[in-house]
Amino acid sequence: MSATDELLNPDFPVPDELQSNIAITTIDKIYNWSRRSSMWPMMFGLACCAIEMICTAASRYDLSRFGMEVMRPSPRQSDLMIVSGTVTKKMVPQIVRLYNQMPEPKYVLSMGACATGGGPFKEGYNVVSGVDKYVPVDVYVPGCPPTPQALLFGLIAVQKKIDQQSILTVPWYQRGPSEAIPVPILGPDIIDPRQSDVIRVQAAKLATAATAVAELSGAAEA
Amino acid sequence: MTELTASPQGAATTAPDLTLDAHFPDAVQKDTRPGYSGYLVNADKLVEVATAIRDEMGYDYLSSVTGVDYMNDGKMEVVYHAYRTSGGPALALKVQTPRDNAVVPSLVSVYPGADFQEREAWDLLGIRFAGHPYLKRILMWEGFAGHPLRKDWREPYYEEDHKPFDTRWPGGDFHRSEENNPFGTNVQYPPDFSVDGWVPEAEDAIYAGAGALKESGNGHELKTDKLVVNLGPQHPSTHGVFRMVVSLNGETIDHLEPVMGYLHRNHEKIGERNTYLQNMPYTDRLDYICSMSNNHGYALAVEQLQKAKVPERAEYIRVLMVELTRICNHMWAIGFLLNDLGAFFTPALYAIKERELILDLFEATAGSRMMCNYMRFGGVYRDLPEKFKDGDTIDFLRELVNERLPRAIDDLDTYLTNNEIIRSRCIGVGVLPPDKAIAYSTAGPVLRASGVPYDVRRADPYSIYNRFDFDVAVRYNGDVYDRYLIRLDEMRQSVRICQQVVRDLPTIGGDIMSGKLQYQVRVPASEAYGRVENPKGELGYYVVSNGKANPWRYHIRAPSFINLTVLGELCKGHKVADVVGILGSIDIVLGETDR
Amino acid sequence: MYGLGIVRGLGVTLKHFIDSYVDDFRWLGKRYTSREAFNVRQGVKGRGVFTVQYPEERLDIPERFRYIPFLLYEEGPNGEQVDRCTSCGICAKVCPPQCIWIERTNDPKTGRPIPAPKAFFIDIDICMNCGYCAEYCPFDAIKMDHDFEIASYDRTTRHIWNKDKLSKPVSYHAQIHPTDYAAEEAARAADEAKKAAKKAGAAKKAEESV
Repeated sequence: MSATDELLNPDFPVPDELQSNIAITTIDKIYNWSRRSSMWPMMFGLACCAIEMICTAASRYDLSRFGMEVMRPSPRQSDLMIVSGTVTKKMVPQIVRLYNQMPEPKYVLSMGACATGGGPFKEGYNVVSGVDKYVPVDVYVPGCPPTPQALLFGLIAVQKKIDQQSILTVPWYQRGPSEAIPVPILGPDIIDPRQSDVIRVQAAKLATAATAVAELSGAAEA
Repeated sequence: MTELTASPQGAATTAPDLTLDAHFPDAVQKDTRPGYSGYLVNADKLVEVATAIRDEMGYDYLSSVTGVDYMNDGKMEVVYHAYRTSGGPALALKVQTPRDNAVVPSLVSVYPGADFQEREAWDLLGIRFAGHPYLKRILMWEGFAGHPLRKDWREPYYEEDHKPFDTRWPGGDFHRSEENNPFGTNVQYPPDFSVDGWVPEAEDAIYAGAGALKESGNGHELKTDKLVVNLGPQHPSTHGVFRMVVSLNGETIDHLEPVMGYLHRNHEKIGERNTYLQNMPYTDRLDYICSMSNNHGYALAVEQLQKAKVPERAEYIRVLMVELTRICNHMWAIGFLLNDLGAFFTPALYAIKERELILDLFEATAGSRMMCNYMRFGGVYRDLPEKFKDGDTIDFLRELVNERLPRAIDDLDTYLTNNEIIRSRCIGVGVLPPDKAIAYSTAGPVLRASGVPYDVRRADPYSIYNRFDFDVAVRYNGDVYDRYLIRLDEMRQSVRICQQVVRDLPTIGGDIMSGKLQYQVRVPASEAYGRVENPKGELGYYVVSNGKANPWRYHIRAPSFINLTVLGELCKGHKVADVVGILGSIDIVLGETDR
Repeated sequence: MYGLGIVRGLGVTLKHFIDSYVDDFRWLGKRYTSREAFNVRQGVKGRGVFTVQYPEERLDIPERFRYIPFLLYEEGPNGEQVDRCTSCGICAKVCPPQCIWIERTNDPKTGRPIPAPKAFFIDIDICMNCGYCAEYCPFDAIKMDHDFEIASYDRTTRHIWNKDKLSKPVSYHAQIHPTDYAAEEAARAADEAKKAAKKAGAAKKAEESV
């Protein structure tokens, strides 16, 4: 299927004699087509999966067939963040900051079990249970690590998602600026500013429990 | 042009000096616990004893420093493994200190290579090292609550002390760990924590360590402000999530402070919850480019505890896999060193092309390209497949090690070695003299490029390496260029070993596993330190067993981590553009650095 | 001469460049259509470009390749599914990241366990594809799948695989693991022959003693 076939809008049939000269499409289609054909991923590797990501970019699997060969180390120039590897608590403030610095429209692909849900290291004290606890994720690619072909399948899934978007409803053309995600703080454990209320409630609960215990023991002594 | 030394094979038989306790009768005793070896040293005499073993007995290389939490005895123990660079087995020193106030004198003044390892022990076990110049957390951040490797410290998703967890079977009621946590995510806070009063560690603290905020200029010369530049953790040339805080005077580096821990995946804590067998696939994810050799080191350590034998054929297959891994790794290292130097991606593409071919073999043999999980205690998982890529595997191997890989290495050599730009970027940059290389406990190609012919395969032979004919590659200038050349040399030596293995392999039959396939591995209460010559340097596993199904202590001496100790020294006085080249020539992998 | 090293090095690049055209001529237009050409390119004798045009072209998946595990069931004569799994729990015990949950079935009358799983879950967000479950399963009831095209848009609902999602027929296993399947069947047949021989021997003995 050639690009024009893909773009043609079947609602507006073109007369046979004009078919080589005219193609009718919709803005959405051509807009999405051009966007998904030149996604620039961020050159951003976290762990083991990054090696498979590099192999995907290398000559055997060749990301440039998808218009993605321009991997940019700067978030300001990239459209797609491939979170390739274990997201640790120490790293997550930087990841959120990178995400905030990416210009809209932006997509996030979570590559591998670790980025998706913590993976084999989920129980670790320094591991975040999935990058989607902090940034919205568009496509999840399971596997440990996903093979380059599995990653390509995930990238095609991102492209399919783009194809279904409409210029009228996409968030980045709505009124007002988009909200940045608050950057987590390194405390005695990682602190998500959006969770401050929960943390306060839990602390209060603990405090009441502690006083109750103290009162109980006091009463027992008395 | 290749310069190689004869291997110091004879030196390997030297026994450790047995008179250390006679030397220091009131400070040193033999470690007489069953299954343990080495010496117990009184804490107040440690520096004296360490100086003596270094200067008088020739143990000039401090390989590993770690701590063990003997909670039930109320003690912390710091374990040192020292070697002679002329070869031979380890001298293990142990220092005990009370658990609630763990203080041990720092050995940084004797062995500078202890620096990061002592910081790690402070960070994870809470052992303070008196006299350490910069005792701060290294893998976690300042302000983190608790020292996670202490046996009574529990992580937020704590279920049980050891696997398998009871909830998995036969009850099997599925839940995600998040659902049992009051915060719905992997966090816990100390009871007195208040989110409103919290002040996180200021970045200034890191910069102060870098000496950047000190007054600059002496009033006579042009007064220039120092500039602090952060390289990483998101930087294309840091080989992962590694950060360097560089303080610059103009464009010259005054001080470089490595900041790590961005990929600290709690390997050791998880490893102590796991059973012995369950740790094997986790070792794949240490140095994720060389999973086969990581497997090998761990298998050796546990086999040492079990006193298991490995069948002949399995040994051959192991050596083949490990040497192919070394070629993979050095291909990758050279490709990405060139990336860092500015030759963006073409050398790396050529290197990856050869690597892909080897990965195909790994995938067909072990089941996965990167995470091989191939070795078992007492053998390997499966034999090589009969057929591979529409032909016999052995034919493929013959073609690979006799034709393809030598040609690829020669190609890389012609392509890069005499390139004038590479020469001017690399020669004389980041020079590491041999005495410093030993003092800083560097290992692997970094050490050998400085003229120290120390290779564990020769110095302390393991597996069946003493049957093969190969040379220990050495270069003498210790700069980035020599660290590049030595990788080419080592690949050639690995190819030589592979050729011998492939020649002999068809004649060696027999099992590939000793004993029955068993998932409950038990080992007697004892300790073991197994080490292998990984492509990046000496990889050691220190395992302490208490007779149960899980290791009591499971520590990894990671070459990438310890090689970084010298990075700051190497970069001093160079320009900022050389930093990435020097880092690339050390060749780190963050999975292993941060564990 | 200064620069000679660079020129000589560029010769290697030129060689790679020419190699890719030589390969084109060698296959005369069949380069992208013939499977034979593909295999040669991917093999040890391959020269020139060796790109896999995924998704149109795919690499052969080796038999031992492991991704997410799956459960085997035998197809009964009436199309019913008979699980091979006996819920012995070895896979759950040996699993390094503990991503397998098994619920054992209890007989409603006696309350004693019967050898079939009531529920079986694998959290593929935790699974590390190590293959221990398949390796240590004594009943050949769990194997590693080859299907890697499982990317999804939602993990909360789609990444916990239950028994229905995990179950696949034995014929599928035979198809993706032909060598292993043959070896397993041979071992099973030998086992059964042994058992039969033992039985026959016991019967004979009993006869003799009578």
